[in-house]
Amino acid sequence: MALSHDEVLAGLAEIVNEETGIDTDSVKMDKSFTNDLDIDSISMMTIVVNAEEKFSVKIPDEEVKNLLTVGDAVNFITSAQG
Amino acid sequence: MNKKVVVTGIGATTPLGGDAKSTWQALLAGESGISTLEYEWVAKFELPVTFAGQAKVKAAEVLTLQETKRLDPSSQFALIAAREAWADADITDFVPERLSVEFATGIGGIWTLLDAYNTLLEKGARRVLPMTVPMLMPNGPAAAIGMAISARGGVRTSVSACASGTEAIANAITRLQSGEIDIVVAGGCESAIHPITLAAFASMHALSRRNDEPAQASRPYDINRDGFVMGEGAGALVLETEEHALARGAKIYAELAGGYVTSDAHHITAPDPEGTAAARAVIGALNMAGAEPKDVGHINAHATSTPVGDIAEYTALLRVFGDHLKQIPLSATKSSTGHLLGGAGAIEAVLTVLALHHKIAPPTLNLDEPDPAIDLDVVRTPRELGDNILAISNSFGFGGHNAVVAFRSYNS
Repeated sequence: MALSHDEVLAGLAEIVNEETGIDTDSVKMDKSFTNDLDIDSISMMTIVVNAEEKFSVKIPDEEVKNLLTVGDAVNFITSAQG
Repeated sequence: MNKKVVVTGIGATTPLGGDAKSTWQALLAGESGISTLEYEWVAKFELPVTFAGQAKVKAAEVLTLQETKRLDPSSQFALIAAREAWADADITDFVPERLSVEFATGIGGIWTLLDAYNTLLEKGARRVLPMTVPMLMPNGPAAAIGMAISARGGVRTSVSACASGTEAIANAITRLQSGEIDIVVAGGCESAIHPITLAAFASMHALSRRNDEPAQASRPYDINRDGFVMGEGAGALVLETEEHALARGAKIYAELAGGYVTSDAHHITAPDPEGTAAARAVIGALNMAGAEPKDVGHINAHATSTPVGDIAEYTALLRVFGDHLKQIPLSATKSSTGHLLGGAGAIEAVLTVLALHHKIAPPTLNLDEPDPAIDLDVVRTPRELGDNILAISNSFGFGGHNAVVAFRSYNS
């Protein structure tokens, strides 16, 4: 069963927290991964790999550069769930 | 004129304790850090050896979640020991370009490597995490420490199997003596209690199989010794030029008076039975210390509890010390800690420094029936040491590596 936006956001926030220590409450839809959350490229790829596993989706490498904000990622994952 | 080098900070996380102090106290109390492994993989793989010297305090209890996720267990131990040593030295003002790290591992990030391989097999290439390479590389521990303390004077890794930790400390001396740098954090770590390591060391009959009595398994110089016991953890020293230490009013534990490395070129695993190169390592360290064999008042031996290794070290020591050898209180602390491979020399350096500082030689466990072929004054219960002595700590490793460091009592 496909997860809602809120559920994906909560799940993604957990992944971000586990990788970077950033408080889950700070992982909001409008936050930029690099500018607001200060996430480097290695952490970003770790988050992507873990998100693929957690949400059973594929996030192609060429798509990752378009995921600038948390909202971009949540929207992509939600629609990729089909 | 070479600058004098002193020890101003110590740190450790070992099978005996989560820091240097608790390790030392447990050692003096005659405790064993060796216990049965309670992992499902022990039975699953029918490992012939079912025990080891497991870290008393798990790294995850000390570090943040992010640190444990981004560092191989070997680097985690390294960071814990190095932070303790750095805090102990209490250095508030330093030049990052004149601070360096010399840290060792024997095996490197084996858990990371094999976990990643399992992920590859089970889930495919896409699931192999991007931190895999920086976590598994053997310079990972040194790099993690360097970043934690802002060392910009060079971060180097010694890899010489079970001699690595001592070699790292030996490598620190010359740069400090020349005045090129002021401070070095030196030591070694290992986290290799993994089924493949146990299987491989057991396959070469290097490990004790005293599965029913793990605490009695590491028994250097005993006639019934049957191999070493694998341990895990890390040890670290803050080394500093005396000049730098005195200028900031530092407490000084001991002088690092010498460190020397030689190689056997004899056999990939067996020590040279003549002990010629091992003896040269001892003599090299003593020469650097401006000392003679008769000046040595304490030895922390490599003494892993293998039938062949203990004899080879004895032969080498006899070559250097002759009749004086029997006058030297010698401790074989692997009887308590097990053998930390690349961390061994570092832990034993910490214990040698503490022996000088507290003027006590630590005990050797399980020497119930001394091997008649080995005639040493093995310390079995804590024994008082003199005020002003020189002590050496030996390490030897597969590959024919011999490394010896010499510490001297420091009386301010």
